[in-house]
Amino acid sequence: MPEKKIRVLIAKPGLDGHDRGAKVICRALRDAGMEVIYTGLRRTPEEIVSAAIQEDADLIGLSILSGAHPILFPRIIKLLKEKGAEDIPVIAGGIIPEKDIGRMKKAGIQEIFLPGTSTRDIVQWILGHIEKGQKKR
Amino acid sequence: MKERRQKTPDIRKSYESWKRNKYAKALAACAAPQAFTTVSGRKIKELYTPADLTGFDFFRDLNFPGEYPFTRGIHPTMHRGRLWTMRQFSGFGTAEDTNRRYKYLLAHGQTGLSVAFHLPTLMGVDSDHPLAKGEVGKCGVAIDSLADMEVLFSGLPLDKVTTSMTINAPAAVLWAMYIAVAEKQGVSPKVISGTIQNDILKEYIAQKTFVFPPRPSMKLIVDTFEYGAQEVPRWNTISISGYHIREAGATAVQELAFTLRDGIEYVAWGLERGLKIDEFAPRLSYFFNSHNDFFEEIAKFRAARKIWAEVMRTRFGARHPRSWWLRFHTQTSGVSLVAQQPYNNVVRVAIQALAAVLGGTQSLHTNSLDETYALPSEDAVTIALRTQQILAHESGVGNTIDPLGGSYFIEALTGEMEEEAKSYIRKIDDMGGMVRAIELGFPQKEIADSAYWYQKAVDAKDKIVVGVNAFEMEHEPIPLLEIDEAVARQQLARLRAVKKDRPQAAVKRTLSDLKKAARDDENLMPYLLKCVKAYATLGEIMDGLKDVYGEYEEPVTF
Repeated sequence: MPEKKIRVLIAKPGLDGHDRGAKVICRALRDAGMEVIYTGLRRTPEEIVSAAIQEDADLIGLSILSGAHPILFPRIIKLLKEKGAEDIPVIAGGIIPEKDIGRMKKAGIQEIFLPGTSTRDIVQWILGHIEKGQKKR
Repeated sequence: MKERRQKTPDIRKSYESWKRNKYAKALAACAAPQAFTTVSGRKIKELYTPADLTGFDFFRDLNFPGEYPFTRGIHPTMHRGRLWTMRQFSGFGTAEDTNRRYKYLLAHGQTGLSVAFHLPTLMGVDSDHPLAKGEVGKCGVAIDSLADMEVLFSGLPLDKVTTSMTINAPAAVLWAMYIAVAEKQGVSPKVISGTIQNDILKEYIAQKTFVFPPRPSMKLIVDTFEYGAQEVPRWNTISISGYHIREAGATAVQELAFTLRDGIEYVAWGLERGLKIDEFAPRLSYFFNSHNDFFEEIAKFRAARKIWAEVMRTRFGARHPRSWWLRFHTQTSGVSLVAQQPYNNVVRVAIQALAAVLGGTQSLHTNSLDETYALPSEDAVTIALRTQQILAHESGVGNTIDPLGGSYFIEALTGEMEEEAKSYIRKIDDMGGMVRAIELGFPQKEIADSAYWYQKAVDAKDKIVVGVNAFEMEHEPIPLLEIDEAVARQQLARLRAVKKDRPQAAVKRTLSDLKKAARDDENLMPYLLKCVKAYATLGEIMDGLKDVYGEYEEPVTF
């Protein structure tokens, strides 16, 4: 059987168009042997959750720089639960003040990568935490 | 770059002998294995001599300040005659919050205003739109209608202060609101002055706050050129922006080339409309980034002036010297700032600001140390403004014009960047222009490649970022400006009140007239003015135009 690759959905919620980080992460994960699906800009929580389910993602990576994360992140987690997809882990990066990190993690975001994080560290984190096809569904 | 090998054999020979016999030997004994490259990956030589400037001609390549090709500056006096405008980009929360910040900045020596709008305004939707949830007042000030704009500028006389507005897809609408506020203050549109960014091409290329497809967007921009030339003659109707192109990951040359090629595209579209070059070209202005690599940035600003002068005079046949001027605003590089040990950002900003001043900028925004986390706090923005004042009044760098002019290194670098940018410009010409190049995804791909190259260089520590991949240490969190959700509640309340109290019939009529004018391909500025004066909201106006023009969907690639 061919080895199954880790499938990552990189998503951009929020209204900002700053996609440099998201695109760099997409390329770095692809170069690390993962399958990467990028949503493009300005996706609503509903669109992101339904894309993750449809694409059978092993992981969702959110990138946001607009400051709307306190509203949008918990909403994405809530929708995942409602759709029975809470087994898809969610990580995030972008402009997220340190004081918000605890709150976001409590809401269900597994890890938050701040500006300056090496792409290698993100790849390592994913390899250490995500098993291919680990989802129960 | 093309080697310029012609004369000065003595110096070249001596240089090569020095390099072989002295420099290379001495270097071999040093532990310096690093590649000497700029932040853009440009190789820099160990030494520059007259041999690098073979064929260099003082009058053709440099000349005097205020003389074509303006390499040394557009004005004969430069910063001796008038300092650059200190213009801090600012906006957050409600119009009241931002109005207070403007009064604070003016009271502390700032000399011009620069409006940051929140994302819903930038995207042309009202604060009650579903996509605005969580965004109201976060990245800038919330403006939904003329009522907000009246508050934003209350107590600020628009005949005295100049205002720059960073607004693109809905630029014509916000400009109409500004003109309407001026009229309400009793100030004639003929005397107000300022800038709308109004540069949609770099939105498709880099910043991505587009709404309509490229072609109708270009039509709206040409409407502002045409209307401005007649009715608001002191207004800069566009700020052709390299800033966002650079922030998205472009190299210095890509920033230079794509920005100037955008400028060429706007001029070509204006001429297509039948506008006279010397009537609208003097109101075009530019906006560049100032990044970390000090000399490369200075060379970039100088090369930009030189290329633009030549483009305007030779390619477009402009006769008025003002049409040849590349006037520009500079902002220090946001993306170069780091979250780790954030006080170090003050130093980065100072170096970048110095490059902008030495490059001959007309106005400057210095970033605040906390901007990797949030919009700046009052303390942080004060340090940023003070940085400019220290440069202006203590450092002495403004005492002479173009102090680095004539440096072998700076002149060689300026020439090299000019050649490389021109080669990109020719390539885009061959594709059929910038709108076509964007449709083909060309500049987007070039920038994404450069961004990825840089990230890999940082990950591999080929490029050192202090505090990030070297000299790391823990630091205490810094105090940040917080925008709480009460802002959204206040804004939604005002929006509801405006929608309830306005002349409903006039709103309906002006919006329907606007749509008809859009279908008939008329200049929309007079119609937009009528809409905003009736207190039609930004979202309503943009929705009407979307019905006619459609919306742009970006192809998803990485």
